[in-house]
Amino acid sequence: MDVEKIREDFPILERMVNGKKIAYLDNGATSQKPRQVIDAIVRYYSEYNANVHRGVHKLSEESTVAYEDARRKVAEFINASEEEIIFVKNASEALNLVMYSYGMKNITHTSRITISIAEHHSNFVPWQVLAERKKAKLEFLDVDAEGELVGLENASGSDIISLVHASNVLGTINDAQKICKVAHEGGGISVIDGSQSIPHMPIDVKKMGCDFFAFTGHKMLAPTGIGVLYGKKELLEKMEPFLYGGDMIIEVKKEGSKWNNLPYKFEAGTPNIEGAIGLGTAVDYLNKIGMEEIRKHEIELLSYALGKLKDEVTIYGPLDARKRTGLIAFNVPGVHPHDVATILDEDGIEIRSGHHCAQPLHDRLGLESSARASFYLYNTKEEVDRLVDGIKKVKRVFA
Amino acid sequence: MSIEYERIVHIWKNPPNRGEIKDADLVAEGANPICGDKVKIFLKIKGGKIVDASFTGEGCAISIASASLLLDYANGKSIEEIKKLDKEKIMELLELDLSKNPSRLKCALLPLATLKNLKNKEERPGQ
Repeated sequence: MDVEKIREDFPILERMVNGKKIAYLDNGATSQKPRQVIDAIVRYYSEYNANVHRGVHKLSEESTVAYEDARRKVAEFINASEEEIIFVKNASEALNLVMYSYGMKNITHTSRITISIAEHHSNFVPWQVLAERKKAKLEFLDVDAEGELVGLENASGSDIISLVHASNVLGTINDAQKICKVAHEGGGISVIDGSQSIPHMPIDVKKMGCDFFAFTGHKMLAPTGIGVLYGKKELLEKMEPFLYGGDMIIEVKKEGSKWNNLPYKFEAGTPNIEGAIGLGTAVDYLNKIGMEEIRKHEIELLSYALGKLKDEVTIYGPLDARKRTGLIAFNVPGVHPHDVATILDEDGIEIRSGHHCAQPLHDRLGLESSARASFYLYNTKEEVDRLVDGIKKVKRVFA
Repeated sequence: MSIEYERIVHIWKNPPNRGEIKDADLVAEGANPICGDKVKIFLKIKGGKIVDASFTGEGCAISIASASLLLDYANGKSIEEIKKLDKEKIMELLELDLSKNPSRLKCALLPLATLKNLKNKEERPGQ
């Protein structure tokens, strides 16, 4: 994998910030986009913009083919069938779809829902609301000092187990296969939030055995506003639509309407066509590089970064790079993460600071907030060095 | 690092007006849940004017420096006068231009927002 060559595909990496070349280390929040993805969107609007699934004219035929082609690419990328791929706007919407269309129908006051303390708010709040509305029991799995999920066996018997695949703070990769097994053995279903895993490692939903897998496109080189819910066909078929309106019907009469087939039943209204095309192109790009290669590159970067940072800052989550995705949340003792981020920004080093939409986890760790550096396929050891130098500077300034 | 930010960090290291006033007439609390900044402001009032002011709290350098400098400024003024202050005044006190860092504005404005939130009924200025 030739990182220098990959970097040439990302125009934004040439950008200067405060007179310094940008070191973009906030990929956990969103990734940058390669020229191929940007060009695909420009091409769509310049050459064949039209609504999908409607017209019989040339442009509409072309846009429909491109939109459905994107669905096929995504399906192949995670080893699913096309009718199991529902385009949504992001992971939050995907999880809300499961909550409303599956949860509201199947959860009662005797039900148990299990999530973990390490969930992103997108996989926390919907289940909290569902449990409140249905008077169901909501249970939380804890994490240990290393950031590993504990007590998964206790979740057995839950009606829904919804867990993050890779934590956006601790970086910990959960054993999704085992989670799904526990869910099924106890007679429940499994929902996996893959927002932080799918950009960084190969995903096979069949092998994983999950009932639902939710992710967003913009963290994996695609534009914002496009995400995916994978659902097992037999479950999706039994579920009611999430949103009602255009395109999700097969027939509308005054007396009533009939729902469209999968996956269209869940895609009401004109979809995000450019987003889907961008996501399909991003998948092509990732496939060309190879997900195994990307994972290998990130493990190398992570090991390097963890080695250099562990004596400088407090790191959260496992210190073994193979146990985490490409991100490191940390704190410089005595310095607020906002100050860390601002001082790094002065040198063009872009990191995240705050609670990363994981407030319950920060409470659990006894923290108000943390700083987070997150890597992707285009990041280099030189950028890690700049990060480390920047942190040393923070420590000098605030000493 | 910019000279302006250096000044902020310098104030942060040893901020004037930090501490608690045990017999304060007014106490106001504020927080930015997003970043975890917290501030508690203590005011001593005599004849309608603030005669002593202090704060406790945790937060980033900007929010701490802002509390410190705002309370310096507040001394000798009425609460009404302080409530009328705006963003520009805080930037002036901080000698900082956050127009390029709007995300840090909330940190800078927390102490002022906390004072603005003082409910009138809680005020018992000068007996």
